[in-house]
Amino acid sequence: MDGLVDLSGFVRPREDGLNELDFAVEGMTCAACIVDIEQALKKMTGVRQARVNYTNHRLAIAYDGAALDPAEAVETLRRIGYRVHPFEVAQAEERDKEEARYLLRCLAVAGFAAMNVMLLSVSVWSGDAGDMASETRDLFHWISALIALPAAAFAGRPFFVSAFAALKRRALNMDVPISLGVILALAMSVYETIHHARHAYYDSALMLLFFLLCGRYLEQTMRRRTRAVAGNLAALRSPLANLLSADGAVTQVATARLKPGALVLVRPGDRVPVDGTVVKGTSEIDESIVTGETRYRRIGPGAEVLAGTLNFSGALHVSVRAAGVGSFIDEIERLLESAAGAKSRFVGIADRASRIYAPVVHITALATAIGWMSAGASAHDAIVTAIAVLIITCPCALALAVPAVHVVSSGALFQSGVLLNGDHALERLAEVDVVVFDKTGTLTTPEPRVANAEEIPAAIFERAARLARASKHPLARALVDMRGLGLVADGAREEPGAGVLAMLDGVEARLGSAVFCGLDADGVRARAEAQQASAICYRRGDETAIFLLRQTLRLDAAQVVTALRDAGYAVEILSGDSAVATADVARALGVEAAQGDARPSDKLARLEALRAAGRKPLMVGDGFNDAPALKAAYASISPITGADVAQACADALFLGERLQPVADALAIARKSRRLMRENLFMAVAYNMIAVPLAVTGYVTPLIAALAMSGSSLLVTVNALRAARGGILGLMGDEQAAESGAPAITTTPQSHTKDVAA
Amino acid sequence: MNVLLFLIPIALLLGLFGLAAFVWSLRTGQFDDLDGAAARVLFDDDLPESER
Repeated sequence: MDGLVDLSGFVRPREDGLNELDFAVEGMTCAACIVDIEQALKKMTGVRQARVNYTNHRLAIAYDGAALDPAEAVETLRRIGYRVHPFEVAQAEERDKEEARYLLRCLAVAGFAAMNVMLLSVSVWSGDAGDMASETRDLFHWISALIALPAAAFAGRPFFVSAFAALKRRALNMDVPISLGVILALAMSVYETIHHARHAYYDSALMLLFFLLCGRYLEQTMRRRTRAVAGNLAALRSPLANLLSADGAVTQVATARLKPGALVLVRPGDRVPVDGTVVKGTSEIDESIVTGETRYRRIGPGAEVLAGTLNFSGALHVSVRAAGVGSFIDEIERLLESAAGAKSRFVGIADRASRIYAPVVHITALATAIGWMSAGASAHDAIVTAIAVLIITCPCALALAVPAVHVVSSGALFQSGVLLNGDHALERLAEVDVVVFDKTGTLTTPEPRVANAEEIPAAIFERAARLARASKHPLARALVDMRGLGLVADGAREEPGAGVLAMLDGVEARLGSAVFCGLDADGVRARAEAQQASAICYRRGDETAIFLLRQTLRLDAAQVVTALRDAGYAVEILSGDSAVATADVARALGVEAAQGDARPSDKLARLEALRAAGRKPLMVGDGFNDAPALKAAYASISPITGADVAQACADALFLGERLQPVADALAIARKSRRLMRENLFMAVAYNMIAVPLAVTGYVTPLIAALAMSGSSLLVTVNALRAARGGILGLMGDEQAAESGAPAITTTPQSHTKDVAA
Repeated sequence: MNVLLFLIPIALLLGLFGLAAFVWSLRTGQFDDLDGAAARVLFDDDLPESER
């Protein structure tokens, strides 16, 4: 390993003289990892505090800057199997956290007030049946007012603020009837209390607030969780570049800060951080993330390289043309814009419902009040009835119907290794009927794997892996991934562009190119080319082996494709790789509709043709070249190893080495759509019964509040059913931990396997 | 009914105490990692080596 990472940009000094650092942790599979990490760090001199947050896989350490270089802590954790990435908490995330606390505080106050007011109200009701003096009842009402008014003013702010903002824009949202109901009920109660009336409605108003805040907090929690995971992933992909200064010194800087014309060093095994031109050095680069082409391209001085491509064999000096955005991405973005319109036409079920709902509620309540007054009722009775209508139609059940299902299903998706990205992704995924796969990086693993593993004796493989663990070369990583964590060869030395060597059990062992290992270079190359693979050679004394590496199908690709077809989905493959390679994969998976040599515009055209034919295609792809297709598709999923552009366009991302999450996502989406419909149906049915009763004046505001809460509970309980199956995902996580899965963020096992077990 | 003059303030104070406890735990970050807290109760890292 060369130089440790420079973490100085992420350190935050604290008032007591200690330094603080946040990390995103990769490789945490179960709660026992908390102890591993914290104990290992606390044993180091200089570390004062180490705290793992298991919910969002973060680690915060506080240390004495004079006694410890934090890079050592990173190294310590790497040795016990956790990769940690320095991390700057995004402002949006900080705001979300503040908002969650704010909502919880409001929720607590509303809960406290609702409980105590209810205590007083129950006394009044039972006193009404017995012998309570009217003075005592007034006292209870005044105490209720004393609790309820400040509590509602505090806890109702989230609704009042949003309702006010909507009214200012001359629009209506769900919060307008809520605020109106609460304020009217409270005002009416105060009026009643002053006039020594028998009934007051403080309890109804507060209970309403309490339940609504529950719903809002749940919704916010889901969003916060997704954002935290996204933040971790951003840290995992740490956009750092090695900047070369004029005197040859190398410093690590954030890619975003690079200026055109700057010189960047790209070591073998690194991804190229920028679009640019090679100034010095020759190498082979893997451009599969850009083009889908699996063969490596030889490059030398003068060659153009694109951000995201993987540098294989030699160190390169690259002159920055554009960091972050480049001409290739510009072209992709142009295609994106034309495709973007398609999705924005979609409006979620909840939006459609609420758009109609708010005005209907107001008109009904107003009509009720006017109707009763014109029928000769007193203004007082008419307003009480109108309040009952407002409360009973309170969109609680409706407001919870969809978000509750969303929360529970995205929890279940999370367990399966799927993260939702876009708005209404779940609802769109549920309607998909064609699944279009990209090949490279999607059906196949993003990194090369050993294709001839079964030909190589385990003992030799393990010794080669010990050498490979000492290397940063991407091909060496493939060996390590196959063998998992284990011993590292002592005193290993890496010769750039050749290989790695070390003494193993007293004999010199080498892993690297054919020449480096003294093997017949032409023979090895011929064998590798016949298999469309790269070769990596191994020699220890007379012991030799040739590892052939290429991108192989994901382990469960065939299984998932078959399962999708059995579930009634049409399956297609669209690849930018050669037609021959695409046809091979299509044959292996039994897919008939496969198209190779597809450029981004070809993919886009195919998806538009599908949509024009009335189909609802799901695009699964990872590369820059898939981005327009992902955007144009009805719904889209991208693996977490994909390019940034692809991920930004996708509705959902999946983690891990398996394809199963794609099938899970579709299954969970369908289930949650069913539950959403059930919930909306229940909410509507409830309103159909309750509203006429309220309008005709049979319902007091209290009964309205109770009925409303009852329907909310019913809807929430129904939503919980979406989590069934999520438990299986949890089991998968544990299995992965037991088998000592290598450092992959999550390795959810397939559900079918869990059922069999 | 004079007993009410004691009981209602007591009931309210108990409620306020609960509310204060909740706000305190919120402020000290005890709701930041619910999954971790569920597991941490099972760890023996507070015991001396010999009793684990």
